[in-house]
Amino acid sequence: MDLNNLTAREITEKIKKREISAKETVEHFLKKIEKLDGKIHSFNSVFAQKSLKKAAEIDEKIKKKETVGILAGLPIAIKDNMCIKGEKTTCSSKILENYIAPYNATVIEKLEKEGAIFIGKTNMDEFAMGSSTENSAFHTTKNPWDLERIPGGSSGGSAACVVANMSTVSLGSDTGGSIRQPASLCGCVGLKPTYGRVSRYGLVAFASSLDQIGPLAKTVKDASLILQVISGYDEKDSTSIKIPVENYISEIEKDIKGLTIGLPKEYFIDGMDREVEKAVYNSVKIFEKLGAKIKEISLPHTKYAVSVYYIIAPSEASANLARYDGVKYGFRAPSDSLIEMYEKTRALGFGIEVKRRIMLGTYALSSGYYDAYYLKAQKVRTLIKNDFDAAFKNVDIILTPTTPSPAFKIGEKTSDPLQMYLSDIFTISCNLTGVCGISIPCGFSSENLPLGLQLLGKPFDEKTILRAGHNFQKETDYHKRFPEI
Amino acid sequence: MKITIKDVEYVAKLARLSLTIDEKNKFAGQLNAILEHMDELNKLDTEGIPPTSHAVVMENVFRDDKVEKSDVIDGIISNAPEKEDRFFKVKKVIE
Repeated sequence: MDLNNLTAREITEKIKKREISAKETVEHFLKKIEKLDGKIHSFNSVFAQKSLKKAAEIDEKIKKKETVGILAGLPIAIKDNMCIKGEKTTCSSKILENYIAPYNATVIEKLEKEGAIFIGKTNMDEFAMGSSTENSAFHTTKNPWDLERIPGGSSGGSAACVVANMSTVSLGSDTGGSIRQPASLCGCVGLKPTYGRVSRYGLVAFASSLDQIGPLAKTVKDASLILQVISGYDEKDSTSIKIPVENYISEIEKDIKGLTIGLPKEYFIDGMDREVEKAVYNSVKIFEKLGAKIKEISLPHTKYAVSVYYIIAPSEASANLARYDGVKYGFRAPSDSLIEMYEKTRALGFGIEVKRRIMLGTYALSSGYYDAYYLKAQKVRTLIKNDFDAAFKNVDIILTPTTPSPAFKIGEKTSDPLQMYLSDIFTISCNLTGVCGISIPCGFSSENLPLGLQLLGKPFDEKTILRAGHNFQKETDYHKRFPEI
Repeated sequence: MKITIKDVEYVAKLARLSLTIDEKNKFAGQLNAILEHMDELNKLDTEGIPPTSHAVVMENVFRDDKVEKSDVIDGIISNAPEKEDRFFKVKKVIE
């Protein structure tokens, strides 16, 4: 049976009906990884033996008619910044190259309980800092649609492996667009849940007030399935929120007649990529056809989001990454004194972008500059949040492009960090305000590169953006096209 | 230029990062460009606007202080670059 173009829902149904075994499923994806990953470089590690063993256990349970979870036998790839007990968690950094996680992240516990099988861990920008995976200490992931282009980042490995059919679904993390941007550039679905919806326990912290875990998948339906499993309050993460998890799987089947969609004029600017603009406006027409009402809105402080983000995120990062000092996490540079050990370990262990952000964050938090940068950024963050609160009084969801242009070439933006940062303009506000957002394939460029649209929803209203996205995918087939590799 | 090489050296010291001369030069230039862009925030009047440190407004979260069994200690210690028994080992701090 050809498993290539099946969704997670289809695979788990076939496994439960014993049309295919979990073992065959895992073998299929391991073969795909062996065949393709030498070109794509999605994975930092692959768990061949462990996943086959797990699959055999699930097959045995199904054979004995024991109860299995809703993801029984489904292979899933995990971004390499989430802890799987006994496995390396490298964050694609030299400083964690040999770090073995001593416990499971809560999302891993939840997925495992439902029978998901962890097939491998995916490449990323070092410590999730970047928009292209070029900041990985190990390798750059290639965009499956054009191997000379970046897959986006930081969850580039998680996006590329789904599109190249090396895994049907994956987990990523999103601090300023790190799930949605690679999903858009690779042509899959990527969901950033509301801040606090999914436990961050066991996710290596980058910027704690912005980080959130979410799924990447071919379809909105599959993303809903994974969200259903990983959501919920966790006493191990005091920032996860005690709000009941809704039934996403059934909610998305409802229609979108009467839904109000806002188009923020600040996201449709002069000089934006014509093909992106065309694809997004085309999608707006499809939503109209489905019964949605379209309304122009304004988010006046949009242009300040990049500056706010690149003060707040590096500030939080500089504090979070202080723990990598050569004492506890595997890597230590030889040295004569304690201070020298800290300085050398960090100099040799961190890559250039991580150092740059630690410098930027340390500067913004340092005495004499705190008010001018960090505090100012937090105040403007309030203004951006107020924009969204006001907009959501009049609309149910907000529709924007996910990225200003399709995937750029490897090396194109590495020499100018500011240009790289500015490419995050459309995804950042979602993290600053804590709302939820999803990127969905909405077209292709003349060079056959995927384009994505972004739907932003009210806090804890994932069901509405998922419902809109699922209805959109029933009308379109962009998510059914795959690259020839 | 807002940031001089001296500033870069001072911040690097705070961040416990030893930088090469090349890195210092590069960072001085790049941080200047980035901070210059960020100066756009000063165009906004934020008088009386409260800062947002977290998107979700939250009070302190408390839990009962109860003793629980933990099986992660060995796993944590086994990642140590140097250890002695169940302790992380570092260079002498106090002479």
